[in-house]
Amino acid sequence: MFFQHLLNGLIIGGIYAMVALGYSMVYGVLQIVNWAHADVLMFGTFIGMLLATFLHVPVIAMVLLAALFTAILGMAVERVAYRPIKSANRRMAVLVSALGMSTFLQNLAQLVFGSGTRQFKVFDTNAYEIGGMKITGMQILILSVTAVMLLILYIMVYRTKLGIAMRACSVSIDNAKLMGINTNMIISGTFGVGAFMAGVAGILVGNYYNAVYPTMGYLLGMKAFAAAILGGIGSIPGAVFGGFIIGVIESLGAGYISSAYRDAFSFLVMILILIIRPAGLLGAKHIDKV
Amino acid sequence: MGKILEVKDLSVNYGVVPALRDISFHVDEGEVVALIGPNGAGKTTTMHTISKLIKPKSGEILYCGKSIVNEEPHNLVSMGISQVPEGRGIFQPLTVAENIEIGAYLRKDKEGIKRDKEWVYDLFPRLRERMKQISGTLSGGELQMLAMARALMARPKLLLLDEPSMGLAPVIVEDIFHIIKKINKDQHTTILLVEQNAQMALTASTRAYIIEVGQIIREGSSKELKSDDQIQKSYLGL
Ligand SMILES: Nc1ncnc2c1ncn2[C@@H]1O[C@H](COP(=O)(O)OP(=O)(O)OP(=O)(O)O)[C@@H](O)[C@H]1O
Ligand SMILES: [Mg+2]
Repeated sequence: MFFQHLLNGLIIGGIYAMVALGYSMVYGVLQIVNWAHADVLMFGTFIGMLLATFLHVPVIAMVLLAALFTAILGMAVERVAYRPIKSANRRMAVLVSALGMSTFLQNLAQLVFGSGTRQFKVFDTNAYEIGGMKITGMQILILSVTAVMLLILYIMVYRTKLGIAMRACSVSIDNAKLMGINTNMIISGTFGVGAFMAGVAGILVGNYYNAVYPTMGYLLGMKAFAAAILGGIGSIPGAVFGGFIIGVIESLGAGYISSAYRDAFSFLVMILILIIRPAGLLGAKHIDKV
Repeated sequence: MGKILEVKDLSVNYGVVPALRDISFHVDEGEVVALIGPNGAGKTTTMHTISKLIKPKSGEILYCGKSIVNEEPHNLVSMGISQVPEGRGIFQPLTVAENIEIGAYLRKDKEGIKRDKEWVYDLFPRLRERMKQISGTLSGGELQMLAMARALMARPKLLLLDEPSMGLAPVIVEDIFHIIKKINKDQHTTILLVEQNAQMALTASTRAYIIEVGQIIREGSSKELKSDDQIQKSYLGL
């Protein structure tokens, strides 16, 4: 039973990790929390559902198109809600703008798609038995897509010039400019990459629970944000690590203690860990700002 | 030899507080020019304004005869202006090799980049030994070397150095200035050098400007300034 819970936790944890990366990478380059992230995810999921349900777009094309749409929406949010803000009290202004954008996207979704829950079921849901554990085709898919996405992200961030530029921006935007880096482009790209992964995660989670609705981003976003904080916000490995930890704790807590408190466990553990390590598990102890 | 950089009547404010008031100076191609002044004189402000990290209130900056006041900072690097900022501006979580790599961010010539990496590692052998090291663990002198190596990777025509001697032991400062002169001589890189260490700056440069509270109060050949009574008293501690 333990391994079954662990497996279930890792699967949902992979989803949290993909969403957490968007929070963490954006925080890394801009030191702001993009509260609209989860709503961008919701929008992308709706697009995926519509593409699959009404236009009968093949699954792979549907995922790619919807994720691409999510990426563009994520970049648009940055352009509209964050980039123009240059006021002296920037952090507070950005916070208000982010919350406003989040509400706007949710309301727009209710207006356009309706406030009800839509079904979304395009993947194989057969269950298999492997070594005494039950795993569904959907779960296998989530695990493999998560693995591929994380691998691609890893290569992009740590093995390409663009990735070095992204990490340079997260140390100092001004010094990155002095290297000839078009920092606005990198910031835009960071939002795009984060939202793309969120779009994929949204489609997976929408199918996992067979439900898409305008406020679906709320709890998912909170948990992914908790994962980012837990791992040390701004840290890419931290977000991944945090996502898996939150997923596993939630699954074990629901399995052994009480499933009624499923959502509380992750936040409880986050609070406990932050008391011991305020910067998160893999967070920098202090950030050098030259 | 033409003027590579010409700053005309430049004024910069922070909010309503003026930091630079109508400063004018120029740098000829191939020169090493020093900008010397005490804390808070406006030296870093001048450098940041040239690199376009700060927008001026008024005035003109010409690079190779062309106005650059409306350029984006990243375009200046491709035009040939590189800055080693005050405090070095090293990306500390990145490795030494990654910092060097990012210096060549805008370049596409793979062969040339490879050759230049060899060249900067030859210029600073201590960096070669530490290629894989996280740069935050380097010593102050090594950080300064890395910052210079990184700037050179962009193949600048004009190199802006903001207080390269800051916080370094005298022997290391000697080394750094030796290399500054070498870069100027071997690569014909024009250098604008900001310093509080007037002794070193006047030795390394051909001409110098003295800046105090946002204004240029003296200019002349470095030799002449070095033997000037007033300068000796205020800046050379003689
Ligand atoms: N970001 C800023 N906001 C407000 N005032 C600033 C800012 N940066 C610099 N100043 C002020 O502008 C003036 C010039 O500062 P600047 O950093 O250019 O001096 P500096 O000559 O480089 O000094 P140092 O030798 O200490 O580096 C100082 O009075 C400083 O307090
Ligand atoms: Mg300074």
